[in-house]
Amino acid sequence: MNELIKKKIDDLIEKNKVCLFMKGTPDVPQCGFSLAVSNVLKHLKVSFKGINVLEDNEIREGIKEFSDWPTIPQLYINKKFIGGSDIVKEMFEKGELQKILDAK
Amino acid sequence: MGLKLEEIKSLIKKSIPDAEITIQDLAGDENHYSATIKSKIFVGKSRIEQHKLVYKALNGKMGNELHALALNTIES
Repeated sequence: MNELIKKKIDDLIEKNKVCLFMKGTPDVPQCGFSLAVSNVLKHLKVSFKGINVLEDNEIREGIKEFSDWPTIPQLYINKKFIGGSDIVKEMFEKGELQKILDAK
Repeated sequence: MGLKLEEIKSLIKKSIPDAEITIQDLAGDENHYSATIKSKIFVGKSRIEQHKLVYKALNGKMGNELHALALNTIES
């Protein structure tokens, strides 16, 4: 993939401990799956950076290749790819997400 | 756009032959599905890896022809 886009994504996940690539914004999600993950994070009172991929097609396509994951949303915590909405919801229900977030 | 339920099933079956698949068309629009898939190949793999195996079976259709497939993978 294009080095500039890779660098852009690297910077985003480097600078933001909890980084959510999503459709829309945390306040106005544009897709039910992005809404669901955003709500989980809000419920856990986590401050996170929402990246609206609808505003940047290069990131929208780039993040899919970067994570080797075909869909949005995608959650990164401490630079690690956590998963999409199904995985995030399941981890939240099992209390695993809270543990990852608590670990610095 | 959209993908028939049977087509999704057969694509998954093709690359995961032992898969037990329960699939639901959530909105009746052939675009939003929910599937539970049980297979031996998921054993010992992380959830990310399990879901990737299913996406791979769908041959790049996930995120393109197929907008949404909620996944629940189970180790059998």
